[in-house]
Amino acid sequence: MTKAPDFAALKKDFPILHTERNGRPLVFLDSAASSQRPTQVLDAMDWMYNHAYANVHRGVYGLAEAATNAYESARLKVARFIGSPDSSEVIFTKNATEALNLVARSWGGANLGDGDAIVLTTMEHHANIVPWQMMAAERGFEIRWIPLGENGQLDLTDLDVLLDGAKMLSVTSMSNVLGTITPLDRLISAAHAAGAKVCIDACQSVPHMRTRVDEMGADFVAFSGHKMLGPTGIGVLWGRHELLEEMPPFLGGGGMISNVTTEGFMPDAVPSKFEAGTPPIVEAVGLGAAIDYLEAIGMDHIRQHEIELTSYALRTLSERLGQAITIHGLSEPAQRGGVMSITLDGVHAHDVSQVLDGYAVAVRPGHHCAKPLMRELGVNATARASFYLYNDTSDVDVLADALIEAHRFFAT
Amino acid sequence: MTDLEDLYREIILDHYRSPRNSGELETPPAHRAEGFNPLCGDEIVVYLLVADDGTIADIKIGGQGCSISQSSASMMSAAVKGKTVAQVRDLMKSFKGLMSIAADGAELAEPSPSEIRELGDLAALRGVVKFPTRIKCATLSWNTLDQALAELDA
Ligand SMILES: Cc1ncc(COP(=O)(O)O)c(C=O)c1O
Repeated sequence: MTKAPDFAALKKDFPILHTERNGRPLVFLDSAASSQRPTQVLDAMDWMYNHAYANVHRGVYGLAEAATNAYESARLKVARFIGSPDSSEVIFTKNATEALNLVARSWGGANLGDGDAIVLTTMEHHANIVPWQMMAAERGFEIRWIPLGENGQLDLTDLDVLLDGAKMLSVTSMSNVLGTITPLDRLISAAHAAGAKVCIDACQSVPHMRTRVDEMGADFVAFSGHKMLGPTGIGVLWGRHELLEEMPPFLGGGGMISNVTTEGFMPDAVPSKFEAGTPPIVEAVGLGAAIDYLEAIGMDHIRQHEIELTSYALRTLSERLGQAITIHGLSEPAQRGGVMSITLDGVHAHDVSQVLDGYAVAVRPGHHCAKPLMRELGVNATARASFYLYNDTSDVDVLADALIEAHRFFAT
Repeated sequence: MTDLEDLYREIILDHYRSPRNSGELETPPAHRAEGFNPLCGDEIVVYLLVADDGTIADIKIGGQGCSISQSSASMMSAAVKGKTVAQVRDLMKSFKGLMSIAADGAELAEPSPSEIRELGDLAALRGVVKFPTRIKCATLSWNTLDQALAELDA
């Protein structure tokens, strides 16, 4: 590993982290929902709009070529970042949700019918549940569920039974509620042994830890740009070339065809086949700049920083709040991401978050788009604090102060 | 008074800590309606028993939620009991009015004395309007009651 960067010095790259809310400095602990972005990303986007912008894949004039090159080099950057040897396996989408819908509709449409089965886990975000349910309602295939076990981990006791005869396993790499890192090696090899394809919702892991699709062995991987210092409006679907080749197009329109007549159309090659219409051009360039920023720090350093911060948070919150706090999920920081769901005894998550907002502490209350998981946890809502490279121990200290105040206000 | 103290007035906390009319009623004869706040997963169940003369003979509240949704439901249950369905609809209108005026961002005028009398404890919820995301919490029980009333007509 290269030398660890000075994480404290990185904060200056994020202007929003130097603003105030309610007269106090912002403590931003909601990066699992969407991260903030450094000026480097904004500058790259600004520069493109001001100097190199035109629509892509159409014009032959120099400016259009420059824009196309910028867009395509963003694709190359993403491919390198996730370890894909072939950049045509990287499809730009609007977000991870669209990427997962693409898999469910296009791959699912071609491969799933009455009598078939797929496997999900109850830990999934709604983005990896509802697209499959929508297809299941049309096609009549079965959805089987890997349940939650102890300590916020998946219960894999019946894994082989669940996978028996299944055609797809679609699973998160890291829970957006509990931070649990799922055992992908085991899941992927069991699924492949059963003849199923594997789709990974990698929204929460790609921003925070090294990702190598060439080593992982999955068939599809989906994630969003806005959770990894990039802009909104851009997501990625990585898929195995041979699968993408066979799949029918998702959306139809310009940019995704090789020929159109009054009789019909011929889809273009991948990845264009899946990128109908004007793509998020400048957003792709912004994502490329975000990747540059992350790589300059080093993903392993980022992961290490978050393990240390999570460890500090688990210790500090338990010490200072004692019996009053429940932190859901694993207690071993190396087995989880920097996402923690909290319940305060006698205080609803909505009220916790409201009091915290008074301290300019931004956490998220609610079900975090994971209602099946919340049901298994037996809670309606949690307050979720999540960390990224720009957070530090002082953020955790303010969080603890504010939680103590929330508990005092409501529970006494 | 800080905004937070204004939001969480003592009377609200009191209804939250000791909710009135919590429980269930047998259906039928009672009507049952379920409401969700998709934002935070809060859930309210309203059981409504209407007498032959068109008055609310009994009401019970179930479900889980934050202090605002729970206290609003509790206050609502106390406010509508014994009233006629028509009176309840009027009350619903003035309560929703109280909540939506400020949803447009307009400053809220102090309610008139007659409005305060009409709304009773419910007027304490007017601090909610400074926190737009919480308006859904405060109106959840009323929207659920609305569904239960619609079922009566069906
Ligand atoms: C695990 C997980 N999957 C999917 C999503 C959906 O991401 P997006 O809203 O960017 O499509 C999110 C983010 O909210 C998430 O945390």
